[in-house]
Amino acid sequence: MSEMIYTYDGSFEGFLCCIFESYANKEVLTAICRDEDFLPTLFAVRAVQTDRSHAGRVYRKVVKLSPYGAKLLQKGFLTCLTDKELCLYRLTVKLLRDGPSFLRDRSDETLYPVIKAVGHLDGEAHLLKGFVRFSELGGVLGGEIEPKNRVLPLLRSHFCARYRDESFFLYDRTHREALFYTAGKAVIRPLESFQMAPPDEAEARYRLLWKRFYDTIAIQERYDPKGRRTHMPMRYWSTMTEFQGEEAFKAQSPSAGGPVPGVPGGIPAPGIRPGSGRSAPGSVL
Amino acid sequence: MDVLEKLTILTDAAKYDAACTSSGGDRTSRKGYIGNTSSSVAGCCHSFSADGRCVSLLKVLLTNRCVYDCKYCVNRRSNETKRAFFTPEELADLTISFYRRNYIEGLFLSSGVYRSPDYTTELMIRTLRLLRETYRFNGYIHAKAIPGTAPELVEQLGLLADRISVNIELPSEAGLRALAPDKTKGAILAPMRQIQSRSLQSKEELVKYRHAPRFAPAGQSTQLIVGATADSDFHILRLTQGLYDRYHLKRVFYSAYIPVVEHALLPSRDVAPPLLREHRLYQADWLLRFYGFRAEELLDEEHPDIDPRVDPKCSWALSHLGFFPIEVNTADYMSLLRVPGVGVTSARRILSARRVGRLQIEDLRKLGVVMKRAQYFLTASGRAVPGLRFSPESLLAGLLAAERPSLPQPPMEQLSLFDSPG
Repeated sequence: MSEMIYTYDGSFEGFLCCIFESYANKEVLTAICRDEDFLPTLFAVRAVQTDRSHAGRVYRKVVKLSPYGAKLLQKGFLTCLTDKELCLYRLTVKLLRDGPSFLRDRSDETLYPVIKAVGHLDGEAHLLKGFVRFSELGGVLGGEIEPKNRVLPLLRSHFCARYRDESFFLYDRTHREALFYTAGKAVIRPLESFQMAPPDEAEARYRLLWKRFYDTIAIQERYDPKGRRTHMPMRYWSTMTEFQGEEAFKAQSPSAGGPVPGVPGGIPAPGIRPGSGRSAPGSVL
Repeated sequence: MDVLEKLTILTDAAKYDAACTSSGGDRTSRKGYIGNTSSSVAGCCHSFSADGRCVSLLKVLLTNRCVYDCKYCVNRRSNETKRAFFTPEELADLTISFYRRNYIEGLFLSSGVYRSPDYTTELMIRTLRLLRETYRFNGYIHAKAIPGTAPELVEQLGLLADRISVNIELPSEAGLRALAPDKTKGAILAPMRQIQSRSLQSKEELVKYRHAPRFAPAGQSTQLIVGATADSDFHILRLTQGLYDRYHLKRVFYSAYIPVVEHALLPSRDVAPPLLREHRLYQADWLLRFYGFRAEELLDEEHPDIDPRVDPKCSWALSHLGFFPIEVNTADYMSLLRVPGVGVTSARRILSARRVGRLQIEDLRKLGVVMKRAQYFLTASGRAVPGLRFSPESLLAGLLAAERPSLPQPPMEQLSLFDSPG
């Protein structure tokens, strides 16, 4: 067994192929990095090509051993854990070697970092179900978030069920991707940049109503800024309507132009399926 | 009066109601309708206001006009305050527009008693019907049942709302007589009883017929005001326990009384709201609902009030030192739950993890056990935390030190150069 560094294309299938290759070549991995993050080192390097059938074989084996383990792999891949690939690789190796019983023991040293990161992901997704704010832009609902983890795949089913007969999009600033939903179909696609259009008359009015409600509902005698920050960390505030500056509450006449305001030029409007792009996690397998 | 001003007045009048949960609903997405209820058991908070409380629902009154004159209430008839009235259309539009923008999880509709309880409830029903039938709103609705409403109207309300609540407000009949002369214990308990038996019936029907109408599927709750009357914690907890046992309430909320009016029968206006006491009551409430404690175990006639210094579970543990230490590898679930620092989640994790191998004391932190409290009461494989020494006296000091950072700090005093000493 020799020690190796693998590089892959950054997709979930690519990562599963790294596991496949490490078994096929009897190699132990010291690091797994995405092609673009790779810095030349003294270790031997293998650039892994993504092969869907290899990825499928690894995934099916994991599901067979433990469906819960497969869920951890899928979700773990969405987290912001440093060295998530290596942690998940070690988890898979241990699962294949020892069987699934250790997955019941949260204090296990291979499992603990993964389960903690997945807990962070789930927690962030749960909070964002509430903290996401949409604006109506010409009949389409649009929102922005700035999460640490890639939560869009976890938010998809929630918002698609909630706004079943609407069209909406949700842009993830951190990971530069967006969830588009219209007419019962949802896709997650990379989107390099996005600028929300200024509100129109009606939108500005509802924002103001909401801000007024938010400010009025607090009881002065119970003022507790620490409690508020504990439940709702300040990093979420940047995309929430009630914490925006005066600009967000002023109506501006929409500039003449595209049919759907808020969707920048060159970007397909929600509903129009964009061309081939990097597959988004959550849509795999 | 425009909607912005109405919203301001009617939110301001509704804010003293503690309940703002959206849990327990099970409305799934339906074609042609907007919304669903959160699939999570815990409900969904959409924001937190400056007082640190969850904002989940659009909590407003239909009107703050009221024929009652409850002494503790801002909306009482004798109070000089601006009055407003939402039309059903305005409220439905607000709810839908807020919901679409993901500001809220649904509507919490309460009201002052306008003309009579029946008349007010009819107005509320009209609003909810508009929302459910015309706007096809499938999100969460929490409605207040006003004591003294006709049973037929409560029935209609329950078929439109997810949760209904009847506020008891004052924990004893003497308190009601003195401060809320228009309400009686009987008038409050009658709709509670009706809601309970009707939702039981609805559940039975649903087993037989899939499309049977659902009556208040998220159950009912109530609220008690703490600190307006002289009732002890023991009295409040026993009342709470009775409500959970006999009326199958989902939640009892406690609201620290905030003096809004100067009255001989009420605490004076400069008394701070008893927030710590409210917090301790919530902790004890959790012990009743999830930890298998009884009110009589936590408090008794000799000790009618909760010790504010430590949480009620620590307090129980300190007076039952013979019960400890607990061996985590062998103890049953109910015993694990009695250990301070071990909660429902960590107790379940212990049960699951110890099937794989013997647990060591170092593992417990990773299972979510709060060791700064639990260390005094646990052993793992016969071993306690290495180097831990304590006597029954130093135990309390240790627990107090663990608790201190989470308690409200005494306000800082601004020193002045010009104050005369003494």
